[in-house]
Amino acid sequence: MSSDIFVWIAAFLTIAIYSFLYKDNPLYKAAEHLFVGVSVGYSIVILYFNVVSPRLLVPLFQEGDWVLIFPALIGLLMVSRFFPKYDWLSRITIAFVLGISTGINLPLIIQASLLKQLQGTMLAMTNLNDILIVVGVFCVMIYFYFSSEHKGIVNSVSKIGILFIMVGFGASFGYTVMARISLLIGRLEFLFHDWIHLIK
Amino acid sequence: MMSYKLSVILTALIIILFLPALAHAQLTPPQEFRAFDTPNDDGKSLSLTWKVSLENDREGVYYVISAAASADGPWYQIDKTLSTIGYKSDFPQYFGFGDDNKLWHFYEASKIPDVMDPITSTAYFRLAVTDGTKTVEFPNMVSFAPQGNWFDKSKINILIFVIIFSSLILFFISLARRNPNLFIRHIPGLDAIEETIGRATEMGRPILYLNGLLDMSSLSTIASTSILGKVARKVANYDSQIKVPCYDPIVMSVCQEVVKEAYAEAGRPDAFKQDNIFFITNDQFAYAAAVDGLIVRHKPAANLYMGYYYAESLLIAETGAATGAMQIAGTDSITQLPFFITTCDYTLMGEELYAASAYLSREPLQLGSLKGQDISKAFIIFVLIIGTIVSTAESLFFIHLFKTF
Repeated sequence: MSSDIFVWIAAFLTIAIYSFLYKDNPLYKAAEHLFVGVSVGYSIVILYFNVVSPRLLVPLFQEGDWVLIFPALIGLLMVSRFFPKYDWLSRITIAFVLGISTGINLPLIIQASLLKQLQGTMLAMTNLNDILIVVGVFCVMIYFYFSSEHKGIVNSVSKIGILFIMVGFGASFGYTVMARISLLIGRLEFLFHDWIHLIK
Repeated sequence: MMSYKLSVILTALIIILFLPALAHAQLTPPQEFRAFDTPNDDGKSLSLTWKVSLENDREGVYYVISAAASADGPWYQIDKTLSTIGYKSDFPQYFGFGDDNKLWHFYEASKIPDVMDPITSTAYFRLAVTDGTKTVEFPNMVSFAPQGNWFDKSKINILIFVIIFSSLILFFISLARRNPNLFIRHIPGLDAIEETIGRATEMGRPILYLNGLLDMSSLSTIASTSILGKVARKVANYDSQIKVPCYDPIVMSVCQEVVKEAYAEAGRPDAFKQDNIFFITNDQFAYAAAVDGLIVRHKPAANLYMGYYYAESLLIAETGAATGAMQIAGTDSITQLPFFITTCDYTLMGEELYAASAYLSREPLQLGSLKGQDISKAFIIFVLIIGTIVSTAESLFFIHLFKTF
């Protein structure tokens, strides 16, 4: 068995989390609350040292980049949520975030999710793979057409579309399950190798 | 006479056979060396072009580019590139798809090390060609000052699509304002939302609503908060309870506002409990552990998972299924959809999530957007069909219209 106290703590927490597979219990509750608390505390420290300090405090107070006072003020408006009378001020921040992200995303989505995909789909139908790609995209797009009832030919085409989707999901499911099994193996290896040294 | 003719033919043959080798042995000065501002950039680089040369462009020969900040030097070698690579045709974002682009070499100079990084003012360039033993230089130096461009012309197709789609959406919004009964096909998962809320009310248990793991810049989160508003309004009408554990603090603030407004619209502002919309953590698996705990302890009658999810999707949805809750998921996360399909009663796939909000509310703004998107989709299907036919006919012009950089 390991003589490292931290390996013991990690093993105890791993078992505590796995105990949820049986049912909710105090061990799981303790591990869950510890996990949530540590993650929040950790993220606050990371946020301070990776964002607030290098991107705001240092440029503002040490390098004199006074223009940063405006984003700082917009960010500070979020604190108004603690004061019900003035919590409407936080809407300015939210509107700012939404507006900026929508503006940035619009051309990016047209580029990445539309034109790139179109380019990859306008294929010369000279082999079975390309024919499957073109037919699959066409049928799936018909499925996601909401302005027409799924009846007659539209219904038939959209059913083929669903078939393509489900084949894709099946492949994705199998692939992801394999990845999850490897995560489980990683944890079991930790328990049986690093902790109790049952596996050499 | 015969032997004379034979010797002439043999000499001619030898010349024909060895002429390329003789020619290759020589290096000629690069031709038509030019410097100009790099198109479609932020003014931090210069473009250099020169003519392709049959004599120079072969294995073992390099072009040597030197640069200086002043015509008097000092000169710095900024690159040594193989003579068989780097053509204008490799950069259609600057020069288009013309066949003559293959006849020009291209080099983008972005810095003069230790002098100007990036290049922001006039820079001077010299070009030489070398095979390791001999070096031949272009007789003149060239110079230019970079300028920033306000508009990136290589993205003009994106602008055209944005204009077309935005116009269609705006047109259909105005149409929906005049006629709110525009047709949208039946989406089965959404009809079940009303049923789940009724079930939760009858059972006296809360409804759990998750927004996914992305922030407010994500379209799926925006769609999710929009659906939350409709769900919260029905919850307020039924006098049931909704719990919204959040992964992101800003999403939490937005959700609080949305639910508060929904309760006010339903005429039940007093019933709104801000504490029911709370932040847990922004660590993926800590969040999953906390939501799992919440599900088994509070035993919600219905779980709604709308938004973007990662590996935690199955952990949460499986726990929900184990408690017997009715579950509806909606996500555009392709990798997680299979897990929701296997564990939830109804799943909104991809764009159905975006359509859901319009379907539920029938608000002209959302209804018009959805109709506009549908017509855009019809346009895309049309383009796809034309593109496939044109591509099969081995014509690239139409395909190039959709090329992005």
